[in-house]
Amino acid sequence: MNAPSAVLGSRDRSVRRDGIDIRGLLFAGFLLLALLFSLAILTVLVGSQVVQGFPVFAERGIDFLTSDLASNPANAGVAQGIVGTALLVVVVAVLAFPVGIMTALYLEEYAGDTALARFININVRNLAGVPSVVYGILGLAVFVTLLAVLGDGDGKTILSGGLTLAVLVLPLVIITSAEAIRAVPDALREAGFGLGGSRWQVIRQLILPAAAPGILTGTVLALSRAIGETAVLILVGAVLGSFSTNGSLGALLTGPYTALPAIVFDWARKPGPAFQADTSAAIIVLLAITILANAMAVVLRNRYERKW
Amino acid sequence: MTASAAPGGSLLRGSRRRRRNEGAVRGALFAAAALSILISVGIVLSLVFEAVSFLSQIELSQLVAPGWFPRRGMFSIATVVVGTLIVTVIAMTIAAPVGLGSAIYLSEYATPRVRGIVKPILEILAGIPSVVLGFFALTWISPNIVQNLFPEAKGFSLMAAGIGVGVLTIPLVASISEDAMRAVPNALREASYGLGSRRLTTSVRVIVPAAISGIVAALILATSRAIGETMVVALAAGASGGSLFTVDPLGPGQTLTAAMASLAAGSDQVAGANAAFQSLFFLGLLLFLMTLVLNVIADTFVRRTRQKY
Amino acid sequence: MTTTSSEGPAPAGPDPVLEADTAEPAASVAPAVVRLRDVGLFYGEFRAVKGVSFDVPTHQITSIIGPSGSGKSTLLRSINRMNDLIAGTRMEGEILYHEENLYASYVDPVEVRRRIGMVFQKPNPFPKSIYDNVAFGPRLNGFKGDLDGLVEQSLRRAAIWDEVKDKLKQSGLTLSGGQQQRLCIARAIATDPEVILMDEPCSALDPRATLQIEQLMAEIKERYTIVIVTHNMQQAARASDRTVFLNMAEDRAGYIVEQGETAQIFTNPTHQMTEDYVSGRFG
Repeated sequence: MNAPSAVLGSRDRSVRRDGIDIRGLLFAGFLLLALLFSLAILTVLVGSQVVQGFPVFAERGIDFLTSDLASNPANAGVAQGIVGTALLVVVVAVLAFPVGIMTALYLEEYAGDTALARFININVRNLAGVPSVVYGILGLAVFVTLLAVLGDGDGKTILSGGLTLAVLVLPLVIITSAEAIRAVPDALREAGFGLGGSRWQVIRQLILPAAAPGILTGTVLALSRAIGETAVLILVGAVLGSFSTNGSLGALLTGPYTALPAIVFDWARKPGPAFQADTSAAIIVLLAITILANAMAVVLRNRYERKW
Repeated sequence: MTASAAPGGSLLRGSRRRRRNEGAVRGALFAAAALSILISVGIVLSLVFEAVSFLSQIELSQLVAPGWFPRRGMFSIATVVVGTLIVTVIAMTIAAPVGLGSAIYLSEYATPRVRGIVKPILEILAGIPSVVLGFFALTWISPNIVQNLFPEAKGFSLMAAGIGVGVLTIPLVASISEDAMRAVPNALREASYGLGSRRLTTSVRVIVPAAISGIVAALILATSRAIGETMVVALAAGASGGSLFTVDPLGPGQTLTAAMASLAAGSDQVAGANAAFQSLFFLGLLLFLMTLVLNVIADTFVRRTRQKY
Repeated sequence: MTTTSSEGPAPAGPDPVLEADTAEPAASVAPAVVRLRDVGLFYGEFRAVKGVSFDVPTHQITSIIGPSGSGKSTLLRSINRMNDLIAGTRMEGEILYHEENLYASYVDPVEVRRRIGMVFQKPNPFPKSIYDNVAFGPRLNGFKGDLDGLVEQSLRRAAIWDEVKDKLKQSGLTLSGGQQQRLCIARAIATDPEVILMDEPCSALDPRATLQIEQLMAEIKERYTIVIVTHNMQQAARASDRTVFLNMAEDRAGYIVEQGETAQIFTNPTHQMTEDYVSGRFG
């Protein structure tokens, strides 16, 4: 009780700020700089392409979007690339979406915690980290060869390209779908089973509708990835340089093809300011599409995000 | 008790058709899942067969040639591997601090409003196709940054490519590190602030160490990604047609991935079952093994984070 | 018949487990739609419940009471085979439904659950309209008749029709907690089950909603048989006809200490432990 306040008394009890915290400010400054770096790079990148590519649109307008590839940069356009990219997206969506969801359903709803399920899971995660150029090799060795044997061309078609891209983005679809399915609360499943639903009924009528927004977002992100993917296309033989088809759907599907990113790659290697401008213009188109797709995914996610 | 005898018309038996449907559904879903295993097998087989064929066609001395000139039968592994390493090191020098710094800021400093602006920016950056970044590296980064800083640098350089790959990888480092830091329970932050620490101390001495497994995983995954990046190096590092062994980052060079792209579509393009072309698969196998090892290591770090909390 | 290891608080006398009601219960006055015979339930190696035998008389409310961890919920869920959904669970003994063993190999759990419905602790209506919630069960079974009429009848029987008849298209999640639970009861009733299992249906509700549910139970027992798990003893005393008291032995397995008419269990129990529990001395 008579504790001497000698020790306590000597301590400074003021809570006034002790000067400016230099270290803290510097650190915060460094962090902010890191953030601004990304913003700056993004701005410069988009800005430089717009600056360099806009004159092409100013001069030629829609013509740039509707012309075919040509060796003269003043005539060359991205029409075939747009068509090719669109067709590739369709093939990828048709293949990767169902297989991806089905795999995710199996892993989350049927397989439980067995060794097989864990093995498939590890496998999918590894596949997600394989560089795209290796997928290109797979496409070349398997799909192109297969289609060359089955058809009578060289096998370098939209189909082999689309198959390879589908395989590339499949792990992404699986992982995001599995997350969405896992996020569905168990209470929903219990109620469904409690009413006498079979497993498939509960999945189809309760789990899938509840997980749909997440699954959709994941699919859009995967498609957006496929749209911008170049290395695969190079490996499986998208045409670099110019070509022409008779424009029929059959020719488009079974013959030579190209896609936007392949066009960008090809033109980027050509010397001269004219093709550089064309490249930037093509990049504007490509960026517009990919940013649109990403934005769509974000909007979907925000709009349908449920707070369970 | 008549329990175990199955009465002929028991209502509890359930319809055979439903059981069959359920079985069919399960089978179809399993087939889909098995497909992913098939894909892995396909990748490994398509790499190994041709790579072995390549190795059987060449002399081992060709693997230590003075440079990588596939059409002349020179397949110097050292050239491409060192090129890959140089690009990767440069890339990580940029991506690690910027990515981590962004992550720390987002996790520990930023208000929800700032987060709402910054995260979409990072997501947009993540969505930029690599071919675009490659063109940007070639036409803007190289002249305006590399050649400004190092006047002796060439138009094509490993440095420009490295910076491009670094920029590409920033979002990956940032998002995984940020996830790891946000997963650290608030209780630790409260404890630290409660003791009178400032944000710098809390972030650096408490949060980062707590999230270190996730951060390490982020860095390893980013490295793996940088190693596997193709388009930026194909465009900005030059050296299509072959490259002598070099350690000079200010000049053109060859990486594993750019060499592959070159073989498929560049001036090294040569089709058929000859050694030059099959070196493509050999490189692919090397690349696949490198990234596989890194990804597996990163995965163990990710699992360590999960265990903690 | 039972194990020889000592279990439960060790009195200076015979083993309380042997003393407890593990023998065939005296036949209740009403016929039993569900009968449990020497049921043991396991999660992997862990035994959650052992040696449980009791009858569930038709058109009566049977309550299962006991402290936390005594395995009441696990026991309840074994009656409609919900435990099947958790990997590694195992059952010993028999659960008879109209003298048919629910766990026989030819039995489809889906059919079991259409006849033995369940209401859960936290109301869990589907994120669908009120109408679709109630219609879900019948649609699963391929109901082809007057769905509107069935939905209305179920909502009436669950004493919630008047409150929702003008907003059947609204989401079930917009209702209050008590209303949601009555909706879940309507949903369970719509499949026309014989037995309704209720797993602490009021523990997430306020006292007024709780009372409504209890009144509802009293009304619907004329048509259905109800088994309710509750840790609210007053509720068991108020609402049920028969009571089963489950306690946790020292090996953490649940066992029946006593069972019988509710009035008798609460006012004149046979076992000291029952007396202790219902008067709040433990649990």
